[in-house]
Amino acid sequence: MSLTGPDIRNLCLAALAFAICALLPFGDDGYWLGLGVTIAMFTALATSWALFSGPTHYISLATAAFFGLGTYVTGLGIDTLPFWSLVGIAGVTGAVLAALVGLATLRLSGVYFVIFTLGLAELVRQVITWVQNNSGQKGLYVLTDLDEAGIYWWLLGLAAVVFLAGWLIGRSRLGFALRIIGDDETVAAHSGINTARAKVLLFMVPGAVAAMTGAILAPRYVYIEPSLAFAPILSFQVVIMALLGGASRLWGPVLGVIPFTFLLEAVSSNFPNQTTLVIGVAFLVIVYLLPGGFVGLLDRIKRRITARGAL
Amino acid sequence: MDILITGILLGGTYALIAMGLNLQYGVARIMNLANGEMLVAGGYFAFIAYTATQLSPILTIFLVAPLAFALNWLIYRLMLQPLVNRAKNRGQLETDSILATFGLSFIGVGLMLSFFGGDYFSYSFLAVPVELLGSTYGANRVLSFVMAVLICGALYLWLNQSRPGLSIRAIATAPASARLVGIDVKHLSALAFALGGAVTAVGGALISTYLTLDASTGVVFTLKALIIVIMGGVGDVRGTIVAALLLGILETVVASLLDPGLTLAAAYVMFLGILLFRPQGLFGKKPT
Repeated sequence: MSLTGPDIRNLCLAALAFAICALLPFGDDGYWLGLGVTIAMFTALATSWALFSGPTHYISLATAAFFGLGTYVTGLGIDTLPFWSLVGIAGVTGAVLAALVGLATLRLSGVYFVIFTLGLAELVRQVITWVQNNSGQKGLYVLTDLDEAGIYWWLLGLAAVVFLAGWLIGRSRLGFALRIIGDDETVAAHSGINTARAKVLLFMVPGAVAAMTGAILAPRYVYIEPSLAFAPILSFQVVIMALLGGASRLWGPVLGVIPFTFLLEAVSSNFPNQTTLVIGVAFLVIVYLLPGGFVGLLDRIKRRITARGAL
Repeated sequence: MDILITGILLGGTYALIAMGLNLQYGVARIMNLANGEMLVAGGYFAFIAYTATQLSPILTIFLVAPLAFALNWLIYRLMLQPLVNRAKNRGQLETDSILATFGLSFIGVGLMLSFFGGDYFSYSFLAVPVELLGSTYGANRVLSFVMAVLICGALYLWLNQSRPGLSIRAIATAPASARLVGIDVKHLSALAFALGGAVTAVGGALISTYLTLDASTGVVFTLKALIIVIMGGVGDVRGTIVAALLLGILETVVASLLDPGLTLAAAYVMFLGILLFRPQGLFGKKPT
């Protein structure tokens, strides 16, 4: 692999940006750090989501299922295993579940995939609730000495890994194959790309990341129960943030994560009952006003400026 | 035996709801994920009409149907038609309509939450036992089933015997060719979408006589209807009815023998089976 000058410059800039973000807990350990945790969490989730959905245009609503799975990995193993290993186990579990879901649905048209992922969180929640009812155990306590700043650094590290993975995938044969699939799946299949395999492989990335995010955030909940861990709203928030920013670039979703986090924060503290309404309106805004997200908007503005410059 | 009959009674109403979705997806090509909210809205309407004026839900459906028809027609014309027009291919329309109807679904839930609150609602209508083949069932369930059968039957006859029904089936089979033989695809798509919404809302009014609903249960019904439609085959009325009955029976079996909390899991097992073995639907032909 050869790195060009701009590549090295971008890598250095990204590393610098992450280093600056990592300083946040020294400045504030209350409100802003809490917000930082939320933003770091959604950055990891939305960016990994867009890695799969950006090129394939498939809307995955499985985030909450993988996230909940991750919190349960931490919840079940925290008394016996060290925290870092749990994050790893969660990642592997998430990837395996994603591979199974992908194998069942990604060979077929995108609709089956959407429907399947839509109910996946609810399905896993029902099964876990059933198991817990039968074993007489209601919830799980997660007691660690990991504080808010620790969680923040973990999530930031995960987000950095996601960006690096996205960058590497974009340069790899897999990334190239996926771009062709996104443009025209028939062409891709005819030029010898195993489309189902590429899609399943890529779907394992958001699955693993969401499970790891859940595992990292479990200590923050202290007490885990199915309805909390598998809250379906999370999946929709991730979709909105990623599409609002724009799923066509690696850095696109972040542009949606930051404003939407602030918006939801403001709405939920002032009008707590209207969050569903805001999410509904956000979907419509994405479809009707911002089809390519903020990235698409920037591209259009840039094109208009160059067009004017050419005159 | 009672499990079988309870399952069939439930499946009858499912058939009605799935029929509504099938019209919307099969003909208007809109994957309507706000379908469940239309159902809950129909249920709310029946609930309010019954508690305020003691109006029987069987009569309410004659009010619900035209209202839901008008509302869905407006939704299609104002919001979904522009998406159909701008879509370059089927895939893009699918993604756009999924996102737009998600938006509508959340707005629906949000509006119902702010008007009625998040509580479960139910009312006692015809909660008297009826005897069928030696066991007893709620009269409301039986009546809902009879109504669902009547409406499904009427719809089936209309689709198979009437001129507009023929055109609608033509659009479902081959939308591009339908236009060539002089069928007004735009107009009939709007009609099919509105009709589908009306059927779903009526299903909601019927189901509210014996199931407890709340503002956010819609999505569960959307999912079940989607699974039924996929299983029965898009645009296939007969397949939809069979699939709905199968789902009704399977759910009742799981709920009564295993755990009532596992009904969605049951539906999923069925969905997985279909995906793995018959993705073209129960009676569908294999694509060449």
